[in-house]
Amino acid sequence: MNPPLLDVSGLGKRFGGFVALEAIDLRVTEGERIGLIGPNGSGKSTLVNCLSGTLRNETGQVRFAGRLLDGMAAHQRTRLGLARSFQLPRPFRSLTVAENLQIPIEYVVHARGEGRVDVPARCAELLGLVGLAGRGEELPAGLTQVEMRKLELARAMAAEPRLLIADEAMAGLSHQEVDDILALLLALNDRGVTIIMIEHIMRAVMGFSQRLVVLVAGRKIADGNPEEVIRNPEVERAYLGE
Amino acid sequence: MRGWTFLLLAVLVAGAVYAAAAAVNNGYVFFAGYVVLQYVVLATAWNLLGGYTGYVNFGIAGFFALAAYTTVALEKLAPLPLPVVILAGGAISGLLGLGMGYLTLRLRGVFFSIATLAMAVVAQTFVVNWNFVGGSAGAFVIRPQFTAWLRIDYIHYLFLLMLGLCVIALATARLIERSRLGDGFAAIRDDELAAEAAGVPTLRLKLIATALSGAFMGMAGAPLPYYVTYLDPPSAFSLSYAVNTIAMPLIGGTAAWPGPLIGALLLATLQQLVTVTISSAVNLLIVGLMLVGFIIIAPRGIIGWFGIGAGLVRKGKRR
Repeated sequence: MNPPLLDVSGLGKRFGGFVALEAIDLRVTEGERIGLIGPNGSGKSTLVNCLSGTLRNETGQVRFAGRLLDGMAAHQRTRLGLARSFQLPRPFRSLTVAENLQIPIEYVVHARGEGRVDVPARCAELLGLVGLAGRGEELPAGLTQVEMRKLELARAMAAEPRLLIADEAMAGLSHQEVDDILALLLALNDRGVTIIMIEHIMRAVMGFSQRLVVLVAGRKIADGNPEEVIRNPEVERAYLGE
Repeated sequence: MRGWTFLLLAVLVAGAVYAAAAAVNNGYVFFAGYVVLQYVVLATAWNLLGGYTGYVNFGIAGFFALAAYTTVALEKLAPLPLPVVILAGGAISGLLGLGMGYLTLRLRGVFFSIATLAMAVVAQTFVVNWNFVGGSAGAFVIRPQFTAWLRIDYIHYLFLLMLGLCVIALATARLIERSRLGDGFAAIRDDELAAEAAGVPTLRLKLIATALSGAFMGMAGAPLPYYVTYLDPPSAFSLSYAVNTIAMPLIGGTAAWPGPLIGALLLATLQQLVTVTISSAVNLLIVGLMLVGFIIIAPRGIIGWFGIGAGLVRKGKRR
């Protein structure tokens, strides 16, 4: 069996007296598509923040590609190959769409010292991949909500990650737009990118995930085959009540 | 335009400015011009941090005056050539900027600004209680009539040095705008969390910005004792330095290096004219009125009004 790409063990995070995450264990192997679900306040975003380095976990360990990430800054984790997109798009508003992608190319891809890429060509390729071809010179303010989400994913992809954490990339989108983003995430996975998708839209989660992880009140209550997990009585109770 | 071509052009323009000032053959032109040029350096230095990364520094007077007092201390300890003193003042204020950056790592927005203002107050208190540099009574510095080696009037020499600093500060600002560093600064200004997630080492870049900005403010302040010949804490740490220095890039535009230059030339020249025609007491009123006017008419400053600035910078970038 291959060693896991991401290995989380006993991860815990508190905010004062509130336990946001408790003893989370999670193993992700290269190329997997994982769905992470849970009711609001269950700790999904806190887990993403702890994995990506925005927050520091108080207990437990996070290993990525065999490297211990504890104490490592977010930008260093991105350089290692762990990228994330944000729940609410956070574009660099004074920069054009193409310049938004240049930042991770300059600061991650070139900083790895594995040779320089042709920045305009790479930006055009990424924009084509997410369906924003020809929009590189526009400012993000001119993009629609779904285009903004695509830019968010393209920027995360520009760092050439091995693992992408997509935090509610479909929230607030129409049926067709959800399908667009879903197809995009599947296409990225086809290119070899491991993806953890955090989502509330069950249609998308079930269509995407090879494995489903459920968080409730900061604890992992299920982890396995999506069809089996959603029939788990504890998961049903968490979503539908007693 | 390549960096070296820009530098050469800037040196030629600086030479023409000096020649024009010398042609007028009036000492006051050099006295007034020195202040205008000093503000070009200060406004450009402030913009390296405030305009490019979005961290608004109110502690300008702290960086400026600490370097001026470094000059006073060096004058007493071991008189050195003024260019060396300017470098020493820049180093001290650069270190202060680095320290300020470390101490304010987690502060953003108004909290960062208040911390910088507090830093200036602490620096002033330190100087007031440091009798070696004159303490609260102030210190006299005797300005030679002529420079030892160029044999030109000393005020001409100060003007020339400040002109050189302007060229260096503007060339540095332009170089940063067109570099990976400038892109990183812009990412921090727009969204620091997203910048970090996009691989930008935000902490390191902020420290570079605070140190560079502080160093240039210090270099602008280092020759001050030779200009005023009497330096006391209330005037060296005057809040008007901060007000003017922040207003200039806001009026000219913060997106690119021409903004602080235009703002400083416009505002400082106007203030010098008003000082001799009406009263220096009107100076802050002018700043206030111009700020209000520009916020209404051109919130992105003069260069933003003409549709240049960030776009101009982008077009000039070489990848």
